[in-house]
Amino acid sequence: MTTRVRNPKDFWAGLIYLALGLAAVLLARDYGFGSANRMGPGYFPTVLGALLALIGLIAVLRALVRPGAAIGAFAWKEVCLVLAATLLFGALIRGAGLVIALPVLVLLGAYASVHFRWRAALALAAGLTAFSALVFVKALGVPMPLLGAWFGG
Amino acid sequence: MDILANLGLGLETALGLTNLLYCLLGVFLGTAIGVLPGLGPVATIAMLLPATFGLPPVSALIMLAGIYYGAQYGGSTTAILVNLPGESSSVVTALDGYQMARKGHAGKALATAAIGSFAAGTVATLLIAFFAPPLAEVALKFGPAEYFSLMVLGLVASIVLAHGSLLHAIGMIVLGLLLGLVGTDVNSGLARYTFDRPELADGINFVIVAMGMFGLGEIVRNLEHEESRTLLLRHVSGLLPSREDLGRIVAPIVRGTVLGSLLGILPGGGAMLASFSAYAIEKKVSKNAAQFGQGAIEGVAAPESANNAGAQTSFIPMLTLGIPSNPVMALMIGALIIQGIQPGPSVMTEQPALFWGIVASMWVGNLFLLVLNLPLIGLWVRMIMVPYQLLYPAILVFCAIGVFSLNNSAFDVGLMALFGLAGYVFAKLDCEPAPLLLGFILGPMMEEYLRRALLLSRGDPSVLVTRPISAVMLALALVALCLVLSPALRRKREEAFAEEE
Repeated sequence: MTTRVRNPKDFWAGLIYLALGLAAVLLARDYGFGSANRMGPGYFPTVLGALLALIGLIAVLRALVRPGAAIGAFAWKEVCLVLAATLLFGALIRGAGLVIALPVLVLLGAYASVHFRWRAALALAAGLTAFSALVFVKALGVPMPLLGAWFGG
Repeated sequence: MDILANLGLGLETALGLTNLLYCLLGVFLGTAIGVLPGLGPVATIAMLLPATFGLPPVSALIMLAGIYYGAQYGGSTTAILVNLPGESSSVVTALDGYQMARKGHAGKALATAAIGSFAAGTVATLLIAFFAPPLAEVALKFGPAEYFSLMVLGLVASIVLAHGSLLHAIGMIVLGLLLGLVGTDVNSGLARYTFDRPELADGINFVIVAMGMFGLGEIVRNLEHEESRTLLLRHVSGLLPSREDLGRIVAPIVRGTVLGSLLGILPGGGAMLASFSAYAIEKKVSKNAAQFGQGAIEGVAAPESANNAGAQTSFIPMLTLGIPSNPVMALMIGALIIQGIQPGPSVMTEQPALFWGIVASMWVGNLFLLVLNLPLIGLWVRMIMVPYQLLYPAILVFCAIGVFSLNNSAFDVGLMALFGLAGYVFAKLDCEPAPLLLGFILGPMMEEYLRRALLLSRGDPSVLVTRPISAVMLALALVALCLVLSPALRRKREEAFAEEE
């Protein structure tokens, strides 16, 4: 099968469209299609989902005919670190509070760089945490606990 | 129609102390962030949007507009000094600007960019003042059918003028339209695509989409090939162009301004296409064509005027029709909606101070840029030298806190991470995220207008083609689609973006 796909970028993008389009149509079946006269909540999503699936199908078929460049290597390490840092921030901000969640975000995120140095990253984490505490929490009043519920904050 | 009185009202609004300060803050932040390579205007505005929610609408929009054209200007500074475009519309400025800097004319190149931008900004502001009111008047007569067709035309035009694969541009728009439908349906109260998550009941906030796809997505893409920057020079001298230089740049500035203003109005156009085309045209008509690529001052003047003119005139469809012509304008529309203002032609009549205040503030902001930036060049040079490994964790912090503060919701932060992943994967597959954002903003509006149009016509879809204005717009959209599929135009389109590679 891999030998038949001549344009992997088009092929995978097409598959994504196709899957999302079909999912949209299937989910919209519960929403009530209505009629053109009185469009139900499912009318527009169904039309769009079908259109997206059609575009996906065209892309997939085209990928079998027209050659294209290979997909470059994915920078998985960088993706995972940046996303994990973001997710951990979300998970920690309520419970542990800003003074824990923010350094975790900065250090884990900064670790994705090839130029990562502990000393610089620690200084950056400290600086950004102090800045955020002062500007966002104290000055702008964003309701984020400095120390979270886990510490009785 | 009294343009002078309107501009007077605008100046009165824009020159009020508060708004003056927000305008200054906007252009300052915009320039600072535009200077930083690897942080585009969309991510910047998305990042700073939550900070403007608490401001009055006029001040918020004035500040956001300032960030936008400030970022255009800052991008060219980086392009000239380090040959790295701070953002996409200054790619072509780097071609000749950097060569000028290498020959010791950095100051002259920077001054040319500043003068060109200011001249173009002044003309574009006047154009908005003259052309927006009649356009809004026409738009006030639009019914739902016309609006629906107008949005179709807008989206199609943005495909035609966007770069990259057409099929993927359409795919991303439709995906964006679908994502825009997530949440409670306004008519039936039914929750759609929410997977029983209460956090999704009000729909996905556009800030989350923009920050995820443009903020986080850009970070990962930049980390993929991290490079170290070499700054050409620390001290910039010889800022003022000679009389002879001024003579050489007048015509390119005029041509760039005209072209940029026209392209800015078109959906999907905006600053980037303007600067690319202005450079290409200047290269053809200039007497010094041979010098292009080796430090021709005309090669800086034309694209810089064009991108600033385009950035400004792209406000025309946004302010008068409520239609975004590029992702930045999509964010502006989102900001208006959050401020409780329904974008569209009625903004001008119902909120004249807001409308004219923004228009006037653009001119004031351009003046700020001209006066402030050349003296501040030393500061910008220091900012360029901030290494990326110290910069992007700060971007992460701003994105995370910004998104969290929208609803105090950790769920939103996770959703942003998901959009970051999607943005990266789509970029890997050569699918541009910009059309998705346009579709995302327009999705709910398109559904609403289509629903109303069909309700009024008792379910007869031919209403879209029997009403003349609507029919013309759909026909134009069809023609545009056919044209772009024709081989001849396809080649031209690829040529226009060829300089980028």
